[in-house]
Amino acid sequence: MTELALEDQDATRLQSLVTDWSTDQETFKRVHWGKAMMWIFLLSDTFIFSCFLTSYMTVRSSTTMPWPNPSEVFGLTIAGQSVPLLLIAIMTFILISSSGTMALAVNYGYRHDRRTTALLMFATAAFGVMFVSMQAFEWTKLIREGVRPWGNPWGAPQFGSCFFMITGFHGFHVSMGVIYLSTIAIKVWKGDFERKGNYEVVEIAGLYWHFVDLVWVFIFAFFYLW
Amino acid sequence: MATETAHAPAALAPSGHDAKQGQQHPLGIYFVIWGLLFVLSTFSYLVDYFNFVGFTRWSLILSLMWLKAGLIVAVFMHMRWERLALVYAILIPPLLLAILVTLMSMESDYTFWTRILFFGLFRAHPGA
Repeated sequence: MTELALEDQDATRLQSLVTDWSTDQETFKRVHWGKAMMWIFLLSDTFIFSCFLTSYMTVRSSTTMPWPNPSEVFGLTIAGQSVPLLLIAIMTFILISSSGTMALAVNYGYRHDRRTTALLMFATAAFGVMFVSMQAFEWTKLIREGVRPWGNPWGAPQFGSCFFMITGFHGFHVSMGVIYLSTIAIKVWKGDFERKGNYEVVEIAGLYWHFVDLVWVFIFAFFYLW
Repeated sequence: MATETAHAPAALAPSGHDAKQGQQHPLGIYFVIWGLLFVLSTFSYLVDYFNFVGFTRWSLILSLMWLKAGLIVAVFMHMRWERLALVYAILIPPLLLAILVTLMSMESDYTFWTRILFFGLFRAHPGA
C-alpha cells in the first residue's frame, strides 16, 4: 500500500513512465532508429495519400456528369499531332531515373565513396527539379485552359480540386525531397559521414525519395490512366 | 505491396548483412530493377496509347501498378532484406485501407443513384 501511495506522487509516476518505455524492449533489432522512424513517417504518409486517392475515387464515381478524359486533357500537340499523356509519361520516366540514381547513391555510400555518392544525390535532386518544373508547366497549361478547383470546361467540376490537391501534395513532397537530398548531399561531400563512419543517413534519405516515386506509381495509375 | 514481399526470405535476412554495415548489395540488381521499371512504365503508357477499355484496361493498369510498387518497395527500399518485425509493422497496416475503399465505394454508389433519382438523368448528359 505504501508503495502504491508513493507511485501516486507525480515525480515517481513520471519516473515509472520513463522506465517503462526505456527498458530493453527494442522491437526493430539492429535497425537504425532513424530508419525505423522514417518508415513510420512513410506509413503515416501512405495513409494521407490514400485518403486523397480514396476521396478522388468517391467523388469521381458519384458524379453524374462526365469526367474529363485525362488522355486528352494531359495530351500534348507535337508537330501537329496530338500525343496522349506525353508529358506525364516523360515525368514518370524522370522520376524512375531519379529513383535509380538514388539507389546507386545509397550503394556507393556504403562503399564509403563520398564523391560518387554526393554526385549521384545531386543528380537525383536535379531530376526532382526537372519533375517539379514539368509539373509547374502542366499546372500553368491547365489553369490557362480554365481548370479551377471548382470547375473546368470539360465536365465534372470535381476534376480540378482532385487534380490540384493530389498532384500539388505530391509535388510538394518532391520539392521538400529536393531540399532534403541536397542538404544530405552537401554533408556527404564535406565528409561528415566519413568522420562518423556511417552512411545510413543516405539510405534513410533514399527511403523518402523512393516513397515519392512509389506514390507517383499510384497517382499515375489512378488519376491519369483511369 | 504485401503480396510481393511476403515471400521474400526475410527471416534469413539478418545473417545476410549483419556483419557488414547497412544494406550492401551488388550494383547489378539496381540496374535490373531500373530497367524493369522503365519497361513496366512503358507498358502502362501503352495501355492508354492503344486505348484498351473495360476489364482488359483495369487488369493491366492494376497489375502493372502493383508490380512497379512491389519492385520499388522490395529492392529500392530494401524491404526484402529487412527483418520481418519491420516488414510486417510497415506493410500490414495499409491493408486496413481496403475497408475504407470498400465503404467509400458503397457510399459513392449510393450518392450516384440518389443524384440520378432527385436531379434526374439530364444532369448525366448535360448536352441532352
